Amino acid sequence: MTASHKPVPKPTPDTQPFWDGTAEGELRIQRCRACSRHYFYPRPACPHCGSDDVTWVTAGGRATLYSYVISHRPAPGFEQDGPYAIAVVELEEGVRMMTNIVGVEITPENLPLDMELRVVFEQRGDVYVPLFEPAGEPAGGSAR
Amino acid sequence: MNIVIAGAAETDELGKLPHMSTTQLHLQAARNALADAGMTKDDIDGVATVGVPGPIQIAHALGIAPAWLDGTGVGGSSFLFHVRHAAAAIRAGLCTTVLITHGESGRSRVGAPRPALGPDSLIGQFELPYGVLGPPTMFTLTALRYMKETGLTHEQLAEVAVAQRRWAHRNPRAMYQDLITVEDVLASRMVAYPFHLLECCLVTDGGGALIVTTEERARRSPVHLLGSGESAESPIISQMEDFTTSAAFRRSGEAAFAEAGISHDDVDHLMIYDAFAHVPIYGLEDLGFVKRGEAGPFIAEGHTSPGGRLPLNTNGGGLSYTHTGMYGMFAIQESVRQLRGEAAAQVPDVEVSVVLGNGGMFASAATLVLSSHRP
Repeated sequence: MTASHKPVPKPTPDTQPFWDGTAEGELRIQRCRACSRHYFYPRPACPHCGSDDVTWVTAGGRATLYSYVISHRPAPGFEQDGPYAIAVVELEEGVRMMTNIVGVEITPENLPLDMELRVVFEQRGDVYVPLFEPAGEPAGGSAR
Repeated sequence: MNIVIAGAAETDELGKLPHMSTTQLHLQAARNALADAGMTKDDIDGVATVGVPGPIQIAHALGIAPAWLDGTGVGGSSFLFHVRHAAAAIRAGLCTTVLITHGESGRSRVGAPRPALGPDSLIGQFELPYGVLGPPTMFTLTALRYMKETGLTHEQLAEVAVAQRRWAHRNPRAMYQDLITVEDVLASRMVAYPFHLLECCLVTDGGGALIVTTEERARRSPVHLLGSGESAESPIISQMEDFTTSAAFRRSGEAAFAEAGISHDDVDHLMIYDAFAHVPIYGLEDLGFVKRGEAGPFIAEGHTSPGGRLPLNTNGGGLSYTHTGMYGMFAIQESVRQLRGEAAAQVPDVEVSVVLGNGGMFASAATLVLSSHRP
């Protein structure tokens, strides 16, 4: 199965560090030095306290399942996937992001909220997108 | 200065209208609203609209020389924003009489814009790569978290569609009028778990228009604007702060109730934007009509159905009446009809009606408090 027809994100100057990170197998998010909180999506200043004293850090890659839907109408590029999970996960650093859950049969029974997950990366063109798989599974080879 | 809705009308038809362009839908609704108000285009000096073709072309096509324009485009709630902004502009002396139009060829896509969501946009980078396909796979994302935290059941979610169909059953203009059961909803095609087809809104063509002016300028029994509020939260659903409550709903509602000086017991009739079955549940709680976790049982027990104590979405809503894409105009229209005593499924003695509009996917919100009486 190829992921080549799935949508490929196009980095912008403000998001380039995030996508540079995923290409190197790292999930990079921003952290505010003034209030010590993390945030996502990439922005030039902290949305919590307003400080622009912010830096990029590498997240641990562990997350829990915050919410999801199982789409039964495939988007372009997803026709071969069968029903797939569009999820929002909460990183252990406290930020949330949309993703797909992989490495497990996609059923409501297999996807209880708050289950533990870890990041994997899938190549799309020149870009790598972060996906998440159950943390209990053996590492490696789960990203399609 | 009392601000009123002095004219309100929809397009002659709603539904599948491949013979009408987006612009035609706007203009037919505008002419119908002028006729309803007993006015001509020469009475209008302000124009507000959203989407294609925009306020310049609407004014030009109708032969209006505008002194004030508003193209606020924040999704399906935009028309509630327009009413609020028009009231402020009239009070400030910028204009006297504002025409607000909506037309959308949501189903037939005649003369309609194509979504411009590039791969370098916020959603293009952080949501589209995961196979989202329009609102059914995004607006719905919050529901499982709400269900886990409040105990809302799949059956209670289905009851929202059942309750609104009871209203649509009494409305000859509703697209779907046949009564349905919870079993029917749960047996309908799965679109995006946990949402079945009957828990998702229609996709239709249609339009509507309003005329906002001062009480003195109104030529027929007007509907009074007692209060309004507006707010916004995240531009993309994944960054909504709490998936069990809408900050934009709460803030806009609090502002509107405060300006109007009303309490919940004063409200006779309620319209809550319902693109999907969970949205009225959030709206009931975020406006403060019920406490957290109580809206599902409240709807299931029939309190929002015909004969209930809080009639909700009495045209049938986006789930059963019509949903062009930016539904907010139709929610206002139904409130106006109820306050005038002209609704198809008329509720007895409606004096205060509240309209909550959503824009995007919990992205923006506005609330209007409307009344048959002066403030």
